[in-house]
This record gives sequence, C-alpha cells and structure tokens, in this order.
Amino acid sequence: MMRRLALLLPPYAWLLLLVAAPVAILLVVALAEAGPGVPPFLPPLAWDGGPVWAGSLDSLRALVADPYYAEALLRSVGVAGVTAALCLLLAYPMALGIAAARPAWRLPLLLLVLLPFWTGFLPRVGAWIGILRDGGWVNGVLAAFGMAPLRLLFTDAAMFLGMVHAYLPFAVLPLAAALLRRDLGLEEAAADLGAGRWVVFRSITLPLSLPAAAAGFLLVFIPAAGEFVIPELLGPPEAQLIGRVLWGEFFQNRDWPLAAALAVALLALLLLPIRLFQRLDRRP
Amino acid sequence: MALLRVEGLSKRFGPTLALDGLDLEVRPGEFLALLGGSGSGKSTLLRLVAGFEAPDSGRILLQGRDLAGLPPPARPLGMMFQNYALFPHLSVFDNVAYGLRREARPRAEIARRVAEALAMVGLEALAARRPHQLSGGQRQRVALVRALVKRPPLLLLDEPLGALDAGLRERTGFELRALQRATGAGFILVTHDQAEALALADRVAVLDRGRVAQCGPPAELYERPASRFVARFLGAANVLEGRVAADGAVEAAGGRLALDHGLAPGGALALALRPERIRLLAGPPPAVNAVAGTLRELAYRGDGWIALVALADGTELRVALPAAAAPPPPGSAVTLGWDAAALVPLAG
Repeated sequence: MMRRLALLLPPYAWLLLLVAAPVAILLVVALAEAGPGVPPFLPPLAWDGGPVWAGSLDSLRALVADPYYAEALLRSVGVAGVTAALCLLLAYPMALGIAAARPAWRLPLLLLVLLPFWTGFLPRVGAWIGILRDGGWVNGVLAAFGMAPLRLLFTDAAMFLGMVHAYLPFAVLPLAAALLRRDLGLEEAAADLGAGRWVVFRSITLPLSLPAAAAGFLLVFIPAAGEFVIPELLGPPEAQLIGRVLWGEFFQNRDWPLAAALAVALLALLLLPIRLFQRLDRRP
Repeated sequence: MALLRVEGLSKRFGPTLALDGLDLEVRPGEFLALLGGSGSGKSTLLRLVAGFEAPDSGRILLQGRDLAGLPPPARPLGMMFQNYALFPHLSVFDNVAYGLRREARPRAEIARRVAEALAMVGLEALAARRPHQLSGGQRQRVALVRALVKRPPLLLLDEPLGALDAGLRERTGFELRALQRATGAGFILVTHDQAEALALADRVAVLDRGRVAQCGPPAELYERPASRFVARFLGAANVLEGRVAADGAVEAAGGRLALDHGLAPGGALALALRPERIRLLAGPPPAVNAVAGTLRELAYRGDGWIALVALADGTELRVALPAAAAPPPPGSAVTLGWDAAALVPLAG
C-alpha cells in the first residue's frame, strides 16, 4: 500500500503542481476583475467575515460579445489545422522512407529530421526572413533573371512555410515509430492475395497507421494553435491569431482576466480533438 | 505435368547458404510436406515460391510457367502465414473477401464465395468479428480459407498448426487434409514436426542444409531412410556403424548382424534400426542380430516405454517397449534382438 502510494505520488504531484494548479489559477484569474496593482486584478473572492463573491464574468462575456476574439480563435484553429495537415502530408513519405531504409541508416535519418531543432528557433525564423524578404535571396535570383520581384514575406505562404518547418519533426516521429514497428507480414499477405503496391498501402499500411497519424496531427496542432512568434514574424499583419491577441491583452493592455479567459477558451477548444483522438486510439 | 517444379534453386543470405541447388516437384492435387529443422531452408523455399524473395539461381515453374520476375500478386498461388497475418482492422468477412475484391468480382459473387468458404470451416456465424475477437483455432481457420477462397492451384502453408495447442493440432490436421481433398489444390506444408508431416502428407521432402535429403511417401521415408540424417530426423532411429567381416556378416555395436548388403569383406556401412523394431529377449543372446547391454534409463510415454540401453562397446540404443510388459528396472542386464529386415543400410 505504502509502496503503491510512493510510486504514484511523484506523477500525481507533478500533475497537480504543473497542470492542475496553473489551470485552476487561470480559471480564478479569468473570473477576476481587472484593476490596478500587482498583479493587475482584484481577487474574485473577498473576505468580509466570510467569503464574498467579488469576481465578474465580464471577461468571459467580452469573449463572446466581441467577434474579434472568436475570429482570432477560429483563425488560429484553422492555421493550426492547415499546418498539421501539411506536416502530415510531408511526414508520411519521410516516415515511410525511414522505415524502409536499411537499419544502419534509420537513426541517422531520424536525427536529420530533428536537425532544425539543433539551431535556435529565432535564427531559423530569421533565416526565412532573409530568404523571403523583398530584397532577399529568392527575389535576388528572380531579379538576376530579369523577373519582377514577388511579395513573399508577410503572406500566408510564408507563415505556413515557417510553421511547417518548425513543427514537421513532431509529425514525423510518431509516424516513423509506428511504421518501423509495423508487421510486414500483413503487407506480404495482402500482396499474396493479389494486391499491388498502391492497394497494399491504401488498404493495409495507411489504415493501420491512422492512430499514429492522429498523434502526429495533434502533436503539431496543439502547440501550433497557440503559436504567435512565427505568424507575427512571417505572416500577414492584418489577421490576428489567438497567441498574438493573448500576448497583447497580457503585456500591452495588462488585462489579465481577459487574457486568462482567452487561454481557457483555447484550452477548451483543444480538448475537443484530444477527445476525438482518444476514441480513435481505443479502436483495436 | 508437374504442378510445381523447382530446379537447382539457390539462395544466399550474407554468409549463409539457405538453399543449395534444391530440386523438387509437386504433382497436381498432391499434399507435400517440407520437413526440416531450423536453418534447413524450408521457409526460404516457401518465400521464394511465393515471390517474397528472388533466387540467386535456379528456376521455379508453376504449371509449366517460369515465375521469375513475377511479383507476389501476379503469382497464382495462396499462402498461409505462420502467424496467420490476419488484417487486424478488417472483419473476418473482409479478411476472406480481400483476395476476391482484388479480382474485382461482383459483390454478390464475393458475398456468396466468402460465405461458402466460411461455412467450410464452420465460421459463418463469426463473419462480423475482428481477428482479435477469435480464438487461436478460429484465427487459424480464417487464415486458411482466406488463402483458399481464390481457389489457387497451389497453397503454401508455413507451419499452419505450429501455434495451436496439442489437442487442437490433430483435429485441425484432419480438417486440413479434408479441405485439401475437397479443393483438389496442391498443398505444400512446411513443418519441423515429423509426426505432422508423416500424418498429413502424400509425400514428405526432408530438407537438410538447403537440399532435399530424401523425398517420398511417409512410410517409405520412415521404413527406408536413405541417409543417417533422415534416419535420425524421422523417428529418432538408431544408426549403427559397422564393417563387413570375412564371412559376410556385419560387425557392429559389439554384435554380429546378418543381412543382405552386397558389400565385399572389409567394407564399411551404416545401418538404421528403429527403436520399435528392437525386442527384449529372454535367455542368452542368439548368434546374430542380437546384442547384450545394460538398461540405463527408462521413460514412460503412455503408449509404451522408451529405454536407453548401453552396449559393451559404448553404443547407446533407443529401444521402444510395449506398455503391456513391465520392463526390467534400470541397471538390469538385458538382451536385445531384431529381425534382419529391420536393418536398413544407409547410403550417406
């Protein structure tokens, strides 16, 4: 009994301290009223001989009332979804290639997938700026061939390029792990029953790797939904993403309750695909 | 014409020669067992015939057609895999229908043929189940009909009974035989279990280091093994190393053996002697085809006893004794005898 408790305590303490407590604090802040001071809000529960409700639902109401926030949320989910889908599309052939490579080549290839992580995040985004900006490398080459310069930086294309570059490894790793573990006997059986390469892939390999593909999708989708540095540095300036809005409310407007309410809304929105994934994964 | 003809087939994996110029023939509608230990090349041969590996040299002819260069889906044969390789995400029905769908058959025909195939093995009620919801025996039967439903002229079976427990093996073996007769397909069954091979097959090919050591009907292999390897592998026969004496008798294992051998005096020969052909004799040993020894170990096997008898020259003989007669206790001096016909000269 004691051993069991000792074994379970660290993970539960970890979850309580680093997951449950921050979320609880976030909820409390979201229910508070903004006000001067440090931190810049009034506690939602005051003490006057007993607990007295001093909070407000204004922040949550603002979230619903002002379409600005809903649009930012939806746009973020859309950008994250497209990013995750693009990553999967690129990751699948990469993972298949790694799984099909000779055993001695697999680890080096996986390390190559992780290569972008070896350099800092900001230098990588900076490099994209250098490549894509109006006087950058791409336009330099175009000019050398006498072609008109293209507007590349601060477009959706540039943003997705940066996002996919940053998040691709998260999609490759679970897929490669699943494809490396797969039972090749099933594919041989399908071939023996008359299925050509493409049919084997479509009817056996692909459906059996769906849980891993879903894991890869979520591993990209969830952090990408809150991403704000890449869209800020590479993307179009007019469209606000939730990460950027959150940053603005928190640091510029110092409206912590509204920022917390936004964070809670994003969290709630992200729980949906996680639930879907759990249902997919429970299927045998 | 032979259904399958394998000529001089060789395959090397790195430093190991898995197949070494192997020749084999399977007749139409024949049940052939490939019997061998691990590393004998039996599974490699199956994979080469199915097309999962390419031979280094030699030819594989199915119904007279050279299969070289044909990928597995283009080869008109079925394979049942050792671990069954059932598709886990498909129902029993969809597993069995998989091959027919690749032929783009009409829906109604697929449904009818799958239903017929499942009825053949008594699984029609389980068509909607997934493989993980089946018992081992049921999975085995799904794998079998999945390979058979396209009615291939040749079916390759890689240790089809290997994963079943002992009670189920014999019954499934009979079912396999009945199914083979009903479909008329040629079966090649790979196994390391000699009892399985002898019980099921029309002919047995014993494989040793990538070659066929001997191929023939089960009784012929069992009664007249051609080599020391086959004699030892099938039924664990005793192999006696002897020399022809001046009077024509063979001196071996400290005794004198009388048999027709056609060798000149001084010639060496090896003889196979089955444990169940040896009898316990009462009284002093006769002059020929008998030896004296000491009973060392005794093991009860239900249908009889297996005794290890040490002879004066150090040879140890395996002797099978009937269950009816209580054998003497270990340590006893015993006399063993046999008929001249029980001695089988071995070529290699």
